[in-house]
Amino acid sequence: MKGLLPPSFRHGVHPHGHKEDTENLPIQRMPFVERYVLPLSQHTGAPVVPVVRVGERVRRGQLVGEPGGFVSMSLHSPVTGRVEVIGPRPHPNGKLVEAIVIVADPYATQRLEAGPPVDPRSLSDADFIAHVQKAGLVGMGGAAFPTHVKYKLPEGKRIRRLVVNGAECEPYLTTDHRTMLERPDAVVRGAAIVAERLGVEETVIGVELNKPDAIRALEGALNGTPNMRVVPLRVKYPQGAEKMLIHAIYGEEVPSGKLPLDVETLVNNVATMVGLADYFDRGRPMIERALTVAGPGVESPGNLMVPIGTPVRAVLEHCGGLGEDTREVVMGGPMMGSPLASLDVPVLKGTSGLIALTDQEIRRTHEYSCIKCGRCVEACPQFLNPSRLQRLSRAGRFDELERFFVMDCVECGSCSFACPSGIPIVQLIRVAKSAIREGKRKGKVAS
Amino acid sequence: MTTPRLLVQTAPFLRQGVTTPRLMGDVHLALIPVVLASVWYFGVSSLLVIVAATLGAIGIEWLWGRPGPDGGSPLRDGSAALTGVILGLTLPPGLPLWMAFLGGAVGIGLGKLVWGGLGQNLFNPALVGRAFLQASFPIAITTWSPPAGLWSVRPTNFAWPFMQAPAGPDVITTATPLNLMKFAHQATPVADLLRGNIAGSLGETSAIAVILAGLYLTLRRTFDWRIPASVVITVAVFSGILFALAPERYPSPLFMIFSGGLLFGAVFMATDPVTSPLAPRGAWIFGFGIGALVVLIRVWGGLPEGVMYAILLMNAVSPLIERVSQQRAFGHGRKTA
Repeated sequence: MKGLLPPSFRHGVHPHGHKEDTENLPIQRMPFVERYVLPLSQHTGAPVVPVVRVGERVRRGQLVGEPGGFVSMSLHSPVTGRVEVIGPRPHPNGKLVEAIVIVADPYATQRLEAGPPVDPRSLSDADFIAHVQKAGLVGMGGAAFPTHVKYKLPEGKRIRRLVVNGAECEPYLTTDHRTMLERPDAVVRGAAIVAERLGVEETVIGVELNKPDAIRALEGALNGTPNMRVVPLRVKYPQGAEKMLIHAIYGEEVPSGKLPLDVETLVNNVATMVGLADYFDRGRPMIERALTVAGPGVESPGNLMVPIGTPVRAVLEHCGGLGEDTREVVMGGPMMGSPLASLDVPVLKGTSGLIALTDQEIRRTHEYSCIKCGRCVEACPQFLNPSRLQRLSRAGRFDELERFFVMDCVECGSCSFACPSGIPIVQLIRVAKSAIREGKRKGKVAS
Repeated sequence: MTTPRLLVQTAPFLRQGVTTPRLMGDVHLALIPVVLASVWYFGVSSLLVIVAATLGAIGIEWLWGRPGPDGGSPLRDGSAALTGVILGLTLPPGLPLWMAFLGGAVGIGLGKLVWGGLGQNLFNPALVGRAFLQASFPIAITTWSPPAGLWSVRPTNFAWPFMQAPAGPDVITTATPLNLMKFAHQATPVADLLRGNIAGSLGETSAIAVILAGLYLTLRRTFDWRIPASVVITVAVFSGILFALAPERYPSPLFMIFSGGLLFGAVFMATDPVTSPLAPRGAWIFGFGIGALVVLIRVWGGLPEGVMYAILLMNAVSPLIERVSQQRAFGHGRKTA
């Protein structure tokens, strides 16, 4: 059977894609709004250090924050205007986080003063990485890990294969789909830059088969580019998870606790590739991103190019507002995204979508006892036994959980999705994981 | 824009929509042709026995069942009724109703509640009930009355608890195909086994009805098809070898598969997810064990039928099977680069 079907990883689930609402809607530019909030921490790593003062005028694309460390990147103003405040503002994670607030100048043209194009080939390795950091790029699939960090290889390591992630397995999201369709040349160009800089042997763009037009567009853009190809993948969640994608394409497993780097592979999102091409060829830093606004709670769904820092409320209003029956607004996809407690939080560099769900989708059902039906086991892409993990977590037996590889859980949520008893399995696993991590941290401090 | 009242739950926000009551409901649906066949052959008696066993099961769950994890009624998931109906279908048509009722109550009580309720028990509750009846009332539970049509009612159904012999002299009894095979070495035609106009427990006589139910549950992905498949394949292969060696001494594999409670047990009892191993590989081992034990008991054991004990024995080792068939976690061991 393996040979007959298009490649995929083992296990996983098949949530309804709901992509038909937005997959044919081109990415539209979101109009400028009055105020932008740029949290200094909107990525994985050290917070950004502001380099502007309150009251200072800033141009669109101007540097407003320097990286606060190696695992951090530059931050640019998405708009021409004036720095109103630097202080704590509500963050999508529910906390108050230091942010630069910029009020747009209503009379400015908002023309982007792009920097000069840079030929990546003319740079040393260190300069190339510094440039990517300067571009402000983060992984745009959701985790928002600063992109340049992935290009800094530890001594003695090398990257043999570049995998460009166009799986977009989360339901409702179509932003990567539209990006591949509308800017296939930029995807290929960005991939070519990385491939050349890292000296990879081959580049593979993995795209799920539910996006045949994107596959065709990319193939057209490749037009026989050597050592680069598109691999159509069977539609399955969570194909876009790095380890699953590598498993789907190469049949190899990234060893537990290791990175794709350890199998000499690098995974980058398609939108990140476009960002890279835009920076080197057109001098544009990361000041905006494409995202999908969808879900039954949204009046007119669509794909938007949104300046970073735009309040979620403004984006939703632009899409006709929320229906009365909306119960949940998710930042990201509905399988792994985060819930918003307030709409007065900004769009971040890692925001791939805003999904408004009603009671019908979230199906809050009764919770029943686990009947050991095994659906979670057959869903888990890490081949764990979620049924057992949730039971041990509930009982607080955290020491035992590690023996059952709880730390290998990628938190994709396939188990909770599949559970007929409505048990919050992945949620219980998250509790256990953080308790174990906390215990380790405390142990270290003590010893 | 007005802001609706927003919930803050955690991901994933979507659910597949298959629920535990739906899974139980599927099995209830699958049981309909089996119940209809038993009523067709054994008449009103059949319905009475099934209802009595079900009332016993539901009654005890309602009295002492623990509320679900969210505080809901223990009856809500439909599992107690399922145990009752399945138990009823494993009983003979002439069984006194009070015994059927008691069997249902004991099955749920000792087979499930004392373990901690749904999902916690080691043994199949319906079989615990039946094993209890077998041990307590060995005569009544092996008194087989022949099919007598839709409107037939057996007087023994109404025997008073502990006051009256369950089988009086006026009761017509007969032998099941397995009895005939064991003690008279006489094979019943396979066509009769398929149709079900033979003596036996209520639900087990019509193989066709049980096969239909099994197909439905497989298509609905309600149960793990590997378990019944592995039971049937094991019995076919094992008894096929014996039959090939000495056809005059051993029953044919077709007789072995279609007679007695083999199919009913394989479809409705071995597949109970709670008491069978979780991992797919474990399902094959579990089914193989049941099939092998059934052939051993039927051919060399003292009893004509062995499905109940085979499943109960494999229930007991199910946690061990689960331990040895645990799948390798992703990125641990083989096939890593």
